[in-house]
This record gives sequence, structure tokens and C-alpha cells, in this order.
Amino acid sequence: MLLKDEVGMLQRVPLFSGIEPTKLKLLAFTSDRVSYAAGQILFRQGDEGDAAYVILSGRADILVDSDSGPIKVAELLPNSIVGEIAILCNSSRTATVRAASPVEALRIHKDHFLRLMKEFPEMTIEMVRVLADRLSHTTADLIDARSANNE
Amino acid sequence: MEPSLARYIWRHTRKQQLWILMIVLLSMIPYFMSFDLPKLIVNGPIQGKGFEQPGATQPFMRLHYDLPFIGEVQFFSGFQLDRSATLLALSVVFLLLVVINGLFKLYINTYKGRLGERMLRRIRFDLVDRVLRFPPFYFKRVKSAEVATMVKDEVEPLGGFIGDAFLQPVLLGGQALTAMLFIMVQNFWLGTIAVVIVVIQIVLIPRMRRRLIVLGRERQLTARALSGRVGEIVDGIGAVHVHDTSNYERADIAARLGLIFKIRFDLYQWKFMVKFLNNFLAQLTPFLFYMIGGYLVIEGRLDVGQLVAVIGAYKDLPGPMKELIDWDQARQDVQVKYQQVVEQFTVDGVIAPTIGALTIDAPGPMTGPLSAIGLSIADDGGALLLDRISLQVKPGETVALVSTATGGAEALAEAFARLNRPKGGKVASGAHDLLELPEAVTGRRMSYASSDVFLFQASLRDNLLYGLKHAPLTSVTYDGAAADQRRWNIHEARRSGNPDHDIQSDWIDYASAGATGPHDLFEAVRRVLDAVILSRDILDLGLRSSADLTRHTELARRIVELRAALRTRLEHEGLSGLVVPFEPGAYNKEATIGQNLLFGAAAGPELADRALAANPYFASVLSQAGLDRTLYEMGMEIADQAIELFADLPPDHQFFQQLAFMSAEEIPAYETLLQRLKNRPYEAVSENDRAMIVTLSFAYIEPRHRFGLLSDELMSKIVAARNGFYENLPPELQNAVERYDPAKYIAAATVMDNVLFGRVGNNHPDAPDRIRSIVYDILDELGLYAEVLDVGLDFNVGSGGRRLTGGQRQKLDVARALLKRPDFLILNRPLSALDQRMQDKVLQNVLEEARRDGHSPAIVWVVTNPAMGMMFDRVVVFDSGQLVEDGTHETLLAESGIFKELLS
Repeated sequence: MLLKDEVGMLQRVPLFSGIEPTKLKLLAFTSDRVSYAAGQILFRQGDEGDAAYVILSGRADILVDSDSGPIKVAELLPNSIVGEIAILCNSSRTATVRAASPVEALRIHKDHFLRLMKEFPEMTIEMVRVLADRLSHTTADLIDARSANNE
Repeated sequence: MEPSLARYIWRHTRKQQLWILMIVLLSMIPYFMSFDLPKLIVNGPIQGKGFEQPGATQPFMRLHYDLPFIGEVQFFSGFQLDRSATLLALSVVFLLLVVINGLFKLYINTYKGRLGERMLRRIRFDLVDRVLRFPPFYFKRVKSAEVATMVKDEVEPLGGFIGDAFLQPVLLGGQALTAMLFIMVQNFWLGTIAVVIVVIQIVLIPRMRRRLIVLGRERQLTARALSGRVGEIVDGIGAVHVHDTSNYERADIAARLGLIFKIRFDLYQWKFMVKFLNNFLAQLTPFLFYMIGGYLVIEGRLDVGQLVAVIGAYKDLPGPMKELIDWDQARQDVQVKYQQVVEQFTVDGVIAPTIGALTIDAPGPMTGPLSAIGLSIADDGGALLLDRISLQVKPGETVALVSTATGGAEALAEAFARLNRPKGGKVASGAHDLLELPEAVTGRRMSYASSDVFLFQASLRDNLLYGLKHAPLTSVTYDGAAADQRRWNIHEARRSGNPDHDIQSDWIDYASAGATGPHDLFEAVRRVLDAVILSRDILDLGLRSSADLTRHTELARRIVELRAALRTRLEHEGLSGLVVPFEPGAYNKEATIGQNLLFGAAAGPELADRALAANPYFASVLSQAGLDRTLYEMGMEIADQAIELFADLPPDHQFFQQLAFMSAEEIPAYETLLQRLKNRPYEAVSENDRAMIVTLSFAYIEPRHRFGLLSDELMSKIVAARNGFYENLPPELQNAVERYDPAKYIAAATVMDNVLFGRVGNNHPDAPDRIRSIVYDILDELGLYAEVLDVGLDFNVGSGGRRLTGGQRQKLDVARALLKRPDFLILNRPLSALDQRMQDKVLQNVLEEARRDGHSPAIVWVVTNPAMGMMFDRVVVFDSGQLVEDGTHETLLAESGIFKELLS
């Protein structure tokens, strides 16, 4: 996959949709192209967050440690971004990401990501929007869960 | 040191000074004769005196003397020569005298030059010898750069002066007196004029020069202070940047330079003023000679020959006079310099020479206990760090010194290491005062390491073995020219009062490291490095540096085996994709196009980096392979993309780290170049511009940069060009590149690159770490671990060891102390830069290593954490300069005193 194809992929990631293609190209160029075999770990829960990943091809599982071993909480498909939360909050990884099939990804360094957010308010707003969206989903889930408990 | 320079010189060069004086006196004879000759020539053959009759002859070279009581004695009646033959003969004699005088001068100058250089060598050595014997506290107050300036620059003029110290006044005074006497003999009045002027010069000029001396001294002090400050800036550069004080430093230096300028300019003004006056006086005399002498000739009271001789002789008077006055100034000047330096080097409490005397034989072990008896130690301000404490450490005992913040345990350790002198009481080894033992005993039977490490700018190995270099243990035999050189070295060293120990000798005391010679020393080194957990770091250094193949032949010999082992291992673990190996007939996608073309390591500047594209031979190979145009177009494409991506970014943007093709500063240049070349046909582009563009394509790696510029056809063309390049490699480039050969070691590349013999894949983020750990394993399996460790030991630690981390420096210091296998090992918070877990691990290793092979040294360890006390036989607790608790770890825990408090 070439740089220009990657730019096409990045444009389809909602977070980056508002950014002009030349800047996306710069982002792609300065990011590392990494590949993983099925079963390989992209990052582990508890690690320090130093990069975000955009899945270009393949699938990956998001796993969270529990008392009864890791639980799969979500699946990542191409064009999805993962690991951006740990970058923003300066916290450690909240989940483990493991390749479920051979995965090609772009690894965006933390510093580069933060720099982009500073330079492109559209991206920051989009980021906030996605996060707010997630929060409202989570709140809705919580209400559902509580009402289910009460019944 | 001798406070008077004249006496210092006289004491060391008496004989030589007398000899040269004698030669100088001897040289006066032909010198005087050469004065008289012009008069003989002018009056005799030229004016015809004594040749009044045609065909008249005069005796030449008649030897006859009027001896008292005996009367005239004639030894040789001489040759009878006519007028023109006499002229010829006298002229030849004149020439002869010129030659003889010249030869005398040559001999005298050479002799005194050598004399001066020897004395300079002696003074410098004496000064450094003093530095080596200064008491430890003195170094808290001097700046190293100032001491260095004194040894190097300030005594330098002394060397030039010493040869002239006694000679110049005699020689020049003799010449001046001769000339004066000659003038006097010719004509009393003319002589008197000359004397009067000379007296004025002698009285006036030195008076005026007094100010020059004062200024000279100021110049010396300000220059010394300047070099001290420059040294300080270099040493403290970190602090300068951290506090944004670089402009303060600039102002300080500018102010100092201003002051120095002022002093120097003053000096110039005076110097030339004095010169002017001096010249004027010297020129005044001939004026008087011409006027008065001429008048006397006209009156007939003086013949022309006499006047010519007087004026001729006078020409030789101002020279010596001026030089004599110069000498006097130099004398005062160097006397001041010498005194300044001697003052700085005169310190109370200098260590006696016997303490540091060279001892070849290994001293016996220190069997007595090490004890502090009523020991008090004060800091530089006079505050007591230790107050009358008494403590005895028995041989073989391990003692942890635990200290509160103001405890004073470090001061005790320093006193044990003789780095701190007691204010009261003493430190004793057995029945002897420790300070009176020679360093040959304390430096070999005791070791010391502290958190404050000093490393020399040399290899890790040299630093590690430094603690073993006490005395030249072998005598090296030299042959031929080397033997002559060695004899000359010894002779000259002795003549200058320097020691003649051979620095080429093997100074390493193998026995004290438990080894028998160079071949098994490495075992001991490896054990101590393992003990302080430094081996892995050094191994990494070894992997990252290129090996010296004259030393590490084993590595080169077994490189094929090593590469094969790595391949097998990677395949076995299913990781073959991690490294793409270099294959002579294939394109390596993970390497740059430049690397694929050259397919070798540049061993010289001709083919390295940017020079590659500009190299004419390389360019011709590219055009033959039909690649020149392709690569040019590729370069244009890359330039276009790179500028599109990066042109808007500020030059300090972190994204530039990712741009391998050009630096941020080069972007504007490439931008204009691109504009200029965009629509120009390839043929019309100049060689230089082509190289500028082609060089961009050389940095391209397809999987990393992903511009989609590499086709299969291009790759096969590149491989073909690679072969073409080596087929016709011109002789001048044979040594500029080492071709990648799977069966050969590449001397110009690092050990790691040699083992990998390929490129690590760009899209495996954890590949470097995984490969490194695999390489460690393989080195171990093949028994090459030690070899690579040895390569790592070649690493130069940099000025003060600053190329190592603080922790590595401290570990190295402990390793050095351990290597000596001492009877008493004193460690003063030696690992403070490490985390506690690492400190505990190293502590345990060090205790084990020190006791290996039945050794049982006493170990005194000032610990950073009281919990470490558990590992020792005995724990001694200090608080406020007092010894407050002393016992085993268990008993102190049971007592619930300060120790228990510190632990909780």
C-alpha cells in the first residue's frame, strides 16, 4: 500500500475527515507503517501510551483483563483508530489490542498526534465530538444496566 | 621550589653555563681581529701605505711577539707579498674571520638553545611533580585550567631566557666593550661621545621599561584568569544552558577580553615608545661621529682609515647595547613570571616524595586492623564533620557505615582513603599512621570507590586497568633505530632531571588482579564487570562500534558461522521476516537505493554519504547502466513530494526527524532548485545539479517512504549496476569501499551490522529489541561473547567519562576498585546513581566477587539505605559526627535506637 492509498484510508477515518489531504499525507509519511501477524500484540493493558494506531487492513480484538482472564470487548475493523485515549490522558493503556488476522497499521507517534491536534482545531473538535458521543453511549449503557439490575 | 630564578638556573646548569662562557670568551679573539682588519686593508694595499715604491713587498703572516725580559722573538718571518697580493691575502683573511665568527655563533646558539629547552623541560616536570604531590584539599581551591596554563604557557619564555641567562650579558657586554674599547683606542674624543650616549641609554631605558614589567605581570594574571574561566565554562556548560546564563558568560568573557586588550595595547604603546627613543639615541651617535670626526679629518688630526674603522666599529655597538637592554628586560620579566608561578606552586603540607616513590616489588599484605583513633575531621569552613571518633576495622570484616544526613560516615571513608586529612587524632593501619605509609602500600593493598567518579579520556579498558598501573614491570627491548631513540630518551630525561621510566613498558600489575599475564587478565576483568552488572552495557557498546581487526581476529574469522547461526535461529523462531539479508545478486528492499547500489561500507570520504552521487566514477557507472536518468527523475519526484509535505513547516518541527532525504535547512535550496529544473530537459542539467537531485533517490526505502517509485525492472538494473561498479573499480577507490561479502567481515561497519549482514525490517516496531536479545544468545552459544565484550572495552569514555551515564561511571569505578583485589575495600556511597534494587543486586555481587577464591578483604561500605546493612557482619551508625551505634544488624534492630528509626 502506498502513501497515497493510506491518505485515502485516513480520509475515511471520521476523526481525520475534516483535515485537508496534504496534511493527512504528512501525517501518514511521518507515521510508521507496521505489520503484525495474527495473534501478535499491538500494545498491552497497563503499558505506557506512546502511539495511536490506524488499522489499514485486517482485524484486531480489544481485550480487557478480568479475574477470569481477558475478555474481548470490541473488534477493530479497517479505518478505525485505537489507542488515542491513552495519548490524550497521558495514562496507561486501558485495554490490550491483539491482531485477529494479519494486520497492517499506521503507528502515529504521541508527539505527532498532539501536534496535529494543536494545529487543526477541526480535528480537535471532531475528537471531542467522538468522545462526547462515546460518553453518551456509555451513559445510556449504564442506565440500561442499572434499570436491568433494579428489575 | 627555589624562589630565585637566577639561583635555580645556576644550580642546575652551572657546568654548562661556564663552558659556554669560555667558548664565548674564545670567540672574542676572532671577533676583535675582524675589527682591526678593515683598517689594515684600507690603509695598506688600498691607500698604498708601505707600498710607496713600485714592486715593494710587505711580510704577511709574520709571527713575532715582544716578550718581557727576552725581547722580540720571531717565530715566522712571513711571506713577502706585493700590494695587490696583500689586498687579496687580507681580504681572504677577512672572509676567513667571517666564517669563524659565524661558526662560533652557530655553536653558541645551538648550545644555549638546547640548554634552555632542557631547563624548560625540567621546570615543567618539576611543576607537574608538585601538582602530583599537592595535598588533597589544595585542589578545592585551584582551577585546573589555570594550573595547566602555568605549566604550559607561563613558563615557556623561561626556556628562551635560560640559555641567555649568564651568556648574553657576557657575550653582548664583551662585544659592546670591545667595540667601545676599539673606538677609544682610535680616538679618545669620539670614544667619549659614544660612552656618554651609552650611559644615557643604560640609565634611561630600563627606567622606562619598569612600567612594561608591571603591565606584563597584569597581562599574565588576567590571561591566566581568562583560561580559568574558559575551563569553567566548558566544565559547567550544562549549568550555563539550564539557567540561561550564556549571555552572562558572554558579558564576563567580553569584559575580561576588554581588560586584556587594554593592558596589551598599553604594553604596545610603551614598547614602541621605548623603541623609538632607543633608536633615536643610537642614531644620534653616528651624526656626532660624522660631524666631529669629519671635522677632525679635515683638520688632519684623524686619518680617514681611523674614521671609517670608528664608524664601522660603532655599527656593532648599538646592536649589542640594545640586546643587552632587551636581555635585562627579559630577565626582569621572566623573574616576575617565575616568581608568580613558584608562589602558586608553593603550598604547605606537600606530600613527601618518599610517599609516592616508585616501588617495583609488590608490597606485603596489610595484616593489621584499620583504625580511626580519636579522629576529628573538619570541612573547608572549619565545621566538624567527625568529632573524636574511634573505630577499628579488622582484616576480613565487612562493615556497613550507616549515616544520617549529618552523620559524617563519608568523611570517615575519605579519611580511610587519605583524601581527607585529620584535624585531630589519626587513622592507623596496624601500628603505623596511615598517612606515613607509602602509596605503594595504600594504593595497592587498599581500594576506594565513591559516587564522585573521575574517568580519564581513554578507552573503557584503560580506565578499568588504570588502578593496576603502579610501576613499569617489564623492560622492553628495542632494536635498531628504536633502541637509539630509547637511549636518547633516557639520556635527555636524565639531563633534564626527568624520570626515565619507559611508558611503553607493561605497567599492568597482573598478579594483583589474580591473573598471570595479558592472556588471562580478561577473565578477571569479565568477572568484575559481571559483578557490577556492567557487562551487558559494554556488550551493547561493542555491538554498536566497529572492531579493531588487528586485536579481534576471532570475530572476523568466525563471522560466517555467526551469520549462519543468526539465520537459523530466526527461521527456527519464525522471524525470518525481521531481517532482510544482503545477497550479492538481489535487491534488498529494506535498505536504501544508495546502499543497494554501493553494496558495501564506505571506508573513506570518497564514497560516503553525499559524496557518492558526486563521485565521477560512480556517476559513469550509473549512466552505463542506464540509471542516471531514472534516478534523476526519481530524485525530482522525491524532492517534489518532500517539499509539498514539509515546505510549510517551521524548521524546528519534530516531523523533520522523519525526513531522511534532506534537512530542514536544505528545503529552501531544494525548492529553488526544483523550480529551476522543473521544465528543463535532462541533458541541459549541470553535473552538480544532477548530483544534488540524484543523491535524494539514494536515501529512498520503499517500505518506509511508500512513494511507489521502485519497480522490479529498476531493482534488477540497480543490481546490475552494483556489479558493474565493482568490475572496473579504479585503483584510487579500492580502499574507499568494502564490498558486502557474505563470507567476509566488513571492518568499516559495526559488529552488529556485521552479524546482521542485512537490514532490519521497517515495519516491525519491536524488531530491534528482539534481534538484540537473539544476538546476545548466539554470541554466548558460539563463545564469542567475550570477544564482543572486548570490542566494547575499546569504547572511548570521553572527557571525564561523560560519554557514559552516571550509573555506568559509578559501576566502572567499583569494578576498578574490585579488580585490584585489595586487603581493604572502601566504598563511599559508590552506587548512588542506581535505583535501590540495582544497588542491592550489585552489593550482593560485589561481596561475593571480593571473597572469591578464598580472599577475605575487609569491606567498609557507606550505604545509601540502612536496609543494606543486613548484608554485612557489622553495622556502625553515625549521627552528627558521632559514632552512635555499633553492632550486628540483629543487635542494632533489637536495641531500637537510631538505626531502627532510620530503617522505619
